[in-house]
Amino acid sequence: MKRAIYIRPVGDIAPKAIHWLQHDLRSYLNMPVEVMENMEIPGESFDPARGQFHSTRILKEILLEVPGDALKIQGIIAEDLHIPILTYVFGEAQLGGTASIVSLARLEQTFHGLPHDERLFFGRLHKESLHELGHNFGLVHCHDRRCLMYLSNTIMDVDLKGSGYCRQCFETILATMNGGR
Amino acid sequence: MERKINILIVDDEEIVRESLMNWLKEDGYDVECAANGKKALEKLPERDWTLAMVDLKMPGMDGIQLMDEIKKVRPEISVIIMTAYATVDTAVKAIKKGAHDYIVKPFNPEDVSMVIKKIIEHKKLVQENQYLRKELKKQYRLHDMISKNHEMTEIFDLVRTIAKSNSTVLVQGESGTGKELLARAIHEESPRKHEPFVSVSCASLTETLLETELFGHEKGSFTGADGFKKGKLELAKNGTLFLDEIGDISLKLQMDLLRVLENREFRRVGGSQLLTITSRIIAATNRDLKKAIADGKFRDDLYYRLNVISFQIPPLRSRKEDIPVLVENFIEKFNIEMGKSVEGVSEAAIRMLMDYHWPGNARELRNVIERAMVVTKGKSITEADLHLPTTPEKVSVFGRSLEEVELEHVRFVLESNHWNVLKSASVLDIDRVTLYNKIKKYNLRKPEEEA
Repeated sequence: MKRAIYIRPVGDIAPKAIHWLQHDLRSYLNMPVEVMENMEIPGESFDPARGQFHSTRILKEILLEVPGDALKIQGIIAEDLHIPILTYVFGEAQLGGTASIVSLARLEQTFHGLPHDERLFFGRLHKESLHELGHNFGLVHCHDRRCLMYLSNTIMDVDLKGSGYCRQCFETILATMNGGR
Repeated sequence: MERKINILIVDDEEIVRESLMNWLKEDGYDVECAANGKKALEKLPERDWTLAMVDLKMPGMDGIQLMDEIKKVRPEISVIIMTAYATVDTAVKAIKKGAHDYIVKPFNPEDVSMVIKKIIEHKKLVQENQYLRKELKKQYRLHDMISKNHEMTEIFDLVRTIAKSNSTVLVQGESGTGKELLARAIHEESPRKHEPFVSVSCASLTETLLETELFGHEKGSFTGADGFKKGKLELAKNGTLFLDEIGDISLKLQMDLLRVLENREFRRVGGSQLLTITSRIIAATNRDLKKAIADGKFRDDLYYRLNVISFQIPPLRSRKEDIPVLVENFIEKFNIEMGKSVEGVSEAAIRMLMDYHWPGNARELRNVIERAMVVTKGKSITEADLHLPTTPEKVSVFGRSLEEVELEHVRFVLESNHWNVLKSASVLDIDRVTLYNKIKKYNLRKPEEEA
C-alpha cells in the first residue's frame, strides 16, 4: 500500500492555501499528499487569557483520527498557537511521531501590521510545513542556516532560512520514508 | 565528537515540564524533568548535566534553595531560574545567589533560545580555554616540574637530550628550586626508568653513617653491625643514584666516592669482595662548589668527575613568570589531595605572591599555597589566606651595632625559611655550625619554643 501524507484543516481555512500546500508537498516530497475533512477546533484548546490556542491539545485531537495509510498527518490552523511555557509557536510536532500542526496566523504579513503578500505567505507556509514534518521524521534543528530545519523563533528567522532541507537532513527523511512511519 | 547538552527541567506544573521538554528536544538537547527539588537532587548523579531550568515557586524546596543545593554538589551546572511572578528583587536575588539567568513565564521563544545558547557558548569557551591551558602546560612541563621561564625550558630540553646517556650529572641550585625533581625527571626520561631511583641526602648523615649508607657493610665490620647490609650504590642497581647535598660530604668520603666514579668499583665496609657499579650518578648541591674548592673544602678532581653534564636551576625570584603557573599547578594538586574545589587566586593575592622575594623558592611557594588551601573558605585564595613573612623595611642601620643588625637579619632569614637551619645557612652563605653558633649566641628560639 502506497502511504500518503495527510493534511487536516482545523477550523476555517481558505481552500486555496490548503490546495497550494497539497501541491507543494506532493512535488517537493514526491509522494501522495491527501487532504482530510475539516475538523472543529477543540474548544478546550482555547486560552481566553492569552487569546491563543494550545497546540499540544489540538495535536492530541488530530491523532484521534489517523487514516490507515497515513505516513504523517499535519494539521493546518488559521489561529495563533502557543504552548504554556512560550508566548507563541509557529507550529508543533511530535519528534519522530506521526502528527504535527502549523499555524498560518503569524505567516501572514497582516499579523505584523503589513500589507498582505501572497508569495511571501506561501513561501513561509512551505518552510514551516516542511519544518514540522521534518521533526515528525525525527529531525532536530539543523546548524546549517540554509536548511529548512534551522531553528526559527521569529518570522525573520523563517524568511532568512532556505526553502529546502540540507543534504544530510533530506537523506534522513528519505531513509525514514523508506523505512515506514 | 561534540558533547551532548543535558538539560534538567524542574517545575511542579506537568504541562510546563512537558511542553518545555518537547520544545527543547526539537533543538537537539537531551532533556529530563523533575517535579520538585527533592526529585531533581536525586537525578543529579545520573548525568553530566549542562544546565538546570528551575521554577522559582515550588512547594517544599523553592527554586533558590534548590539552586543552592545544586551548587553545593555540582557547581559546574548552570541554573536558569524560571518564574511567572517577576519582580526586580527576586531577579536580583537569583542572580546574586549564582543563577546564570532569570526568565519570566511564558517565555518568548527567541529569548529562551538565546539564554540557553549563551550559556552553552560560555561553557564551550571555558572548556576550550581549559584544553588550551592544558596543552600549554604540556609544553612547559617536564614530569613534576613546570615552568614558562626560558632558562628552565632550555633545561627541560637539555634533560630530554642527555637523559639517554650514562654520563654523571651535577645539579646546582638554591634549596627548594627542585634539584631532586630534575634528577627524577632525568631518570624518568632515561632507559633506566624501570629501574630504581635511589636518593641519599648526604647532609643529614654523619661521615660514618653516610659511608655505610652508600657502600653498605659486612656483618661484624663495626660494633653493632649485626648483619650484612647493602648500600645505596648496590640498591640503585641499573637505575639512578641521586646524591643530594654532595657539597656537604667530608673530604675522606669525597676521596672514596672519587675512586668509585673512576673505577666503577667499590667494596662494602669491612668487605673484601669487589662490586661493580652500574647505576647512573646524579649529584646535587646548593653550595657554590667552585668557592668550596677554593676554600679547600671540596676536591676539584671529584668536582670535574661529577660535572660531566651540569644544570644550574635558577631561583624562583629570577623567574617570577612561573609563580602563576606553579600556583595553579599546586592548587590542582591540593584540590585532589584535600578534596577541595578551589578555582584560583585573586588578583591581589597573585600580586602579593609576585612581590615576595621567595628565599625558599618553589618549595616555599608550595607550602604557602598548601596552607592557604587549608584555611581558605572561598572559591579563590585571597590575600587574607596567604601567610608570607613580612619583608623588612629598608630602615637605616646607623646608630645600631653590628650585632643588633646581624641578630635581626639572622632571625628574619630563619623565620623566612620556617626555621630550617640548612636552608637558612645556605641563604646566609655560612655553614650550619656557624649558624648554630649564632642562634646560641643571640639566644634565638622558634616562637613555639618561646611560648
